[in-house]
Amino acid sequence: MKKKWFGEKSPFIVASATLGFLMLVFILLPIINTVTLSADKLGTALMSFEARDAIFMSFYAAFLATLFTFAFGVPLAYVLARYNFPGKSIIDASIDLPILIPHDAAGIALLLLFGPRTIIGAGFSSIGIEFIDTLFGIILAMAFVSSPFMIRSAEEAFKAVNPDMEKVARSLGASNFRAFLHVTFPLAFRGILTGCLLTWARSISEFGAVIILASVPVTAPVYLYNIFIDQGLSAAVVITALLILMSLAIFVITKLITAKPLKPAYY
Amino acid sequence: METVSIRVESLSRKWENFSIHDINLEVAEGEYFIVLGPTGAGKTLLLELIAGFHKPDSGKIWINNVNVTSFPPEKRGIGFVPQEYMLFPHMTVAENVEFGLKMRNVSHAERQKMVKEILEFMGLSHIRNRRPMTLSGGEQQKTALARALVVKPEILLLDEPLSALDISTQKKMRNELKRIHKELKITTVHVTHNQVEAFILADRLAIMKDGTIIQTGSLEQVFYKPKDDFVARFVGFENLFDGKILETQGSIAKIDIGGVIIEAVTEKVESCTIGVRPDDIIVSKQLFKSSMRNTLKGKIADFVDMGSLVSLIVDVNGVSFVALITKRSFLEMKLKKSSKVYLSFKASAVHVI
Repeated sequence: MKKKWFGEKSPFIVASATLGFLMLVFILLPIINTVTLSADKLGTALMSFEARDAIFMSFYAAFLATLFTFAFGVPLAYVLARYNFPGKSIIDASIDLPILIPHDAAGIALLLLFGPRTIIGAGFSSIGIEFIDTLFGIILAMAFVSSPFMIRSAEEAFKAVNPDMEKVARSLGASNFRAFLHVTFPLAFRGILTGCLLTWARSISEFGAVIILASVPVTAPVYLYNIFIDQGLSAAVVITALLILMSLAIFVITKLITAKPLKPAYY
Repeated sequence: METVSIRVESLSRKWENFSIHDINLEVAEGEYFIVLGPTGAGKTLLLELIAGFHKPDSGKIWINNVNVTSFPPEKRGIGFVPQEYMLFPHMTVAENVEFGLKMRNVSHAERQKMVKEILEFMGLSHIRNRRPMTLSGGEQQKTALARALVVKPEILLLDEPLSALDISTQKKMRNELKRIHKELKITTVHVTHNQVEAFILADRLAIMKDGTIIQTGSLEQVFYKPKDDFVARFVGFENLFDGKILETQGSIAKIDIGGVIIEAVTEKVESCTIGVRPDDIIVSKQLFKSSMRNTLKGKIADFVDMGSLVSLIVDVNGVSFVALITKRSFLEMKLKKSSKVYLSFKASAVHVI
């Protein structure tokens, strides 16, 4: 049980509460301030074609990036959750790298590998896929930086499914794949869905890696940056508020989906 | 010679903290075979090797004369009930049972029919639409059994099937397992650490310790002629009998165990299983006065020298008792085969199960 903090009067508790309150103000004040400053203009901002296109591009590219990380990240998560093998700890550590490195650095690293004058870039180019200033570039950048969210969520979800459940499915005639499809995946579904939403949300908000690879098509964060550079602070406020509210909405949806407690039926 | 249903040959496997070495086993068709051993003996690993969840490091496994060593689990024709049953929580009881039939591409109509049959057979029809998390332990166990049995497996593998249940449910499920086996005559391997289960259910059993099989044989062979000290201590510590309660006076009941009457402290009124620890029995050559309510006259049928202790098998009007005495008193009393002895034990030393 949590302690009731309001009955306590020790200096430590008082100090903790005060510092904690300041932290909260620091987080919330900029957000509330931005939104209130532009509350009346939000509607008009949405009417701008450019803003709408940019927001749509962010949603769309983030969706494709989520599909991409789903296709490759979920299998990786399954292997990590189920098997032990030499070098696993190294792989495990490297999964979090995209979170740790600066995102513009991540963009440059991707450029060095997928740029038009590289072997890989030329290879993709020969089948019509270019990464510089294209949708593919945006997806590449988004998928790179947000993949840890997909992999970690799915890994946790798979770990929560007792492997004996798969054994039973196998004994009943299911192949590896069908045991996964009919038992493990449905039971891990909510965790994987959380991973998808986190990946999607993180992709939408990605700026650093995206702008290195593709400044067009314009995504929402890039659009905001362009407005800020070209037209200054006051012009950027409304778009900022819009993006904040958008992120907030995604966050609330994620919370609603994940907050439902998983029933502990398989323990 | 009966048909051999499962043959395990020189099987070895190391896995995490468990290992088994050089296991040899034969289970006859239709037999209820129990692998009995303490926790950590490698029983589950052996069962999962037979099921095909692990590949052996060496050795071979035959199921009904087919070498299945390299077969995946889904090709072995097994029914498997793991510890804690592992019902699929996202499916109802009926859907759980139907799962194996779906995986075998049985037609919808046929599936419905087979599910209905097995649910009736197991007495689960009334809960067919419930989710596993709403079921009692016994109902979960039955559902897991129904799910395993509906696909008509060639062999049934049970991993500690009763250990997650409370005592009274355990007893019911023991009878249920007995009934299922009697009616379906399916070759069964049941892994447990509980000697009562072995005593009540097994046609034959194997005693396992530290990854090896110490002794295999019929109940009589293993329980009454333990091969060594470990087996004696592990299984022989209970004289187990099915009994019928004749009358009760106060807290003392007279129980008939196949012609021999013994007195025990119990509140039960009908049939029961009783156990007496061999070291609770005092062996003497002459009748002596004591407060012990049970004194039985018998004849030494056999004895096993276990070093500092001697295990006596004493025949009392056709009922075999095992008693443990020290080597020293064995020698002092000059006991030998067919010696007449008295067995004495307190009513409170009789465990009524």
